[in-house]
Amino acid sequence: MSQTKPYRVSHLDALEAESIFVMREVMAEFERPVLLFSGGKDSIVMLRLAEKAFAPARIPFPVMHVDTGHNFAEVLEYRDQRVAGLGLNLVVASVQEAIDSGHVRELPDGTRNRIQTPVLLAAVEKYRFDALFGGARRDEEKARAKERMFSFRDEFGQWDPKNQRPELWALYNGRHHPGESIRVFPLSNWTELDVWHYIAKERIPLPSIYYAHDREVVERDGMFYAVNEFIRLRDGETSEVRRVRYRTVGDASQTAAVLSEADTVDKVIDEVAATRITERGATRGDDKVSEAAMEDRKREGYF
Amino acid sequence: MSQAVLENETAPSARMDLLRFATAGSVDDGKSTLIGRLLYDTKTIFADQLEAVEAASASRGDEYTNLALLTDGLRAEREQGITIDVAYRYFATPKRKFIIADTPGHIQYTRNMVTGASTADLALILVDARKGLVEQSRRHAFLTSLLRVPHLVLCINKMDLVDWDKAVYDKIADEFTSFAAKLEITDLTIIPVSALNGDNIASRSENSPWYDGPSLLHHLEHVHIASDRNLVDVRFPVQYVIRPQSTTVTDYRGYAGQVASGVLKPGDEVMVLPSGMTSTIAAIDTADGPVDEAFPPMSVTVRLNDEIDISRGDMICRPHNAPAVAQDIEAMVCWMDETAPLRVGAKYAIKHTTRSARTVVRGLQYRLDVNTLHRDEQADGLQLNEIGRVRLRTTVPLLADEYRRNRTTGGFILVDESTNRTVGAGMIIEAQ
Repeated sequence: MSQTKPYRVSHLDALEAESIFVMREVMAEFERPVLLFSGGKDSIVMLRLAEKAFAPARIPFPVMHVDTGHNFAEVLEYRDQRVAGLGLNLVVASVQEAIDSGHVRELPDGTRNRIQTPVLLAAVEKYRFDALFGGARRDEEKARAKERMFSFRDEFGQWDPKNQRPELWALYNGRHHPGESIRVFPLSNWTELDVWHYIAKERIPLPSIYYAHDREVVERDGMFYAVNEFIRLRDGETSEVRRVRYRTVGDASQTAAVLSEADTVDKVIDEVAATRITERGATRGDDKVSEAAMEDRKREGYF
Repeated sequence: MSQAVLENETAPSARMDLLRFATAGSVDDGKSTLIGRLLYDTKTIFADQLEAVEAASASRGDEYTNLALLTDGLRAEREQGITIDVAYRYFATPKRKFIIADTPGHIQYTRNMVTGASTADLALILVDARKGLVEQSRRHAFLTSLLRVPHLVLCINKMDLVDWDKAVYDKIADEFTSFAAKLEITDLTIIPVSALNGDNIASRSENSPWYDGPSLLHHLEHVHIASDRNLVDVRFPVQYVIRPQSTTVTDYRGYAGQVASGVLKPGDEVMVLPSGMTSTIAAIDTADGPVDEAFPPMSVTVRLNDEIDISRGDMICRPHNAPAVAQDIEAMVCWMDETAPLRVGAKYAIKHTTRSARTVVRGLQYRLDVNTLHRDEQADGLQLNEIGRVRLRTTVPLLADEYRRNRTTGGFILVDESTNRTVGAGMIIEAQ
């Protein structure tokens, strides 16, 4: 044995190795995996990891976008380009179509975060997906801090936080009965900063809205929302053009931008390292509803 | 709350290494306060999180900001004021990224601690200086040694409440050291702290001039973990076979997996188990190109020079250093299921490395009392949170090492075949 070599791996390499292990484990043990791809930075990183896990072969599963119909044009364009570039099969589960067909009903406030869940579950049933990769991270939110890498969902897609399978070593238990499924979170141990360091290291292109740009915004509850077809000025509100970027990309009617001058990946890393507010706290109207807003949505089958 | 100043204010970089540690103790020991303090002093707690916790503390009538509310994320936990499940927390300093597996002290303590400790490089146990060692401290120390966590830190907390009396520290330290000596704990560090006031957490405290050891954070940043990895025994469990169905890449057949231990190099002679066939490594591929060597925890794809029938669950090792190919397994098993006990004669699914099989419990030699280490040889089953020495017979051979030598090829889980729940965790003592 050589004692002279350190055989050192950086934390990013260790995280990558763990995520790749998880993805290969799923591919080996499940019949019909699918990767949830929204065009957000976490799902973009997850897609890169999938690319690396199976190289030189193609990614051996399709990707799915649960499309609320409230999209940023830059993100949709990115999604289509990326999917075409990798030769992947894209499944779009459309909330708008589900509303039009009467499968779900539009909420009075017009937000679509909550009604995504039945649309997602219907697609899982239709395509009989048994493993769903999601880009959620445990550092995002406190209910997620208790989520497993392999998270069991019953036939109704529900999460039972008090009844999770213990997860030891790297021995993931993916066993399930027909109709049940497993949500898999390969980025569980990554932080927002890890994701950005990885984007820099791998030189992964992102939708332009992640970098600072000038945009017409309106300030609501200390958050800056883009004024567009989904968010209109209310009485007494005025809009202004500010230099902003998006820290997260979700439903365009619910996701706010942050004031930023960071127009390169290195500047974003400096900004994220120095920031004092969590990404969901800074940008997500949907998480501010209650202390347990995320837990409640997850119980219903949300990611 | 005062803000301790870190010695080095540089932002975390892309080139840190990773330390995973498990914390054990109950709320009363100040564990959540200690974790909150670590997160706070490393600037990991964000303004909106602190605001939410301050508001929640105020509405509960807590006298000070209750940092436990940061870690208790589930509705039931906040309602009942207890921690139910292992929570994972993250922080980083310029030197290291840390993953904390925060395991609750009250409920299902053994199951949760075993889960958290299974992947930990270090375990952190808290005791209250006023109370000294309690049953729970000994149990945590025992589980740390059972799970072979390489480093143990004992934080003697609430030293401010005993006026930083060195005699109190010495008495607890001596008692714990002599207990630990029976447990094969190889690396023990004992630190006097006040989590509430931040003494000896991020920096050395002036309140303990008699203590010449490191602060907790300094120790976490510098504890030497590189030698903990087993770089001697080559063990590469095959996870997945990569065979591109493509016109551009032809005749590619690679064995994907994560190196469990040892160092693999192109040209090395290898043996594949269970077949026993030998070949040499043609190349070690990654998506970033071939590499000269692979070691833990790298995920790579190995190609061999000979066409051998290899599939998931097989193991690549060296001809003169191979694991046992065994169907009779002796192991310590920790039972994790509340619905049914482990019984002699019962059958379970077993997952060991990338290999899945079925197993039957042939015998239960004894049940271990984790508080007294007494062995009960009359026991006829293991209930939730109980640990015992078990004899198993598997349907197909496992490619196994002793857990004490290799945590990856020595650990397994048992799964109930009807409910699919993970019901047991096993550490192999002997495989033949």
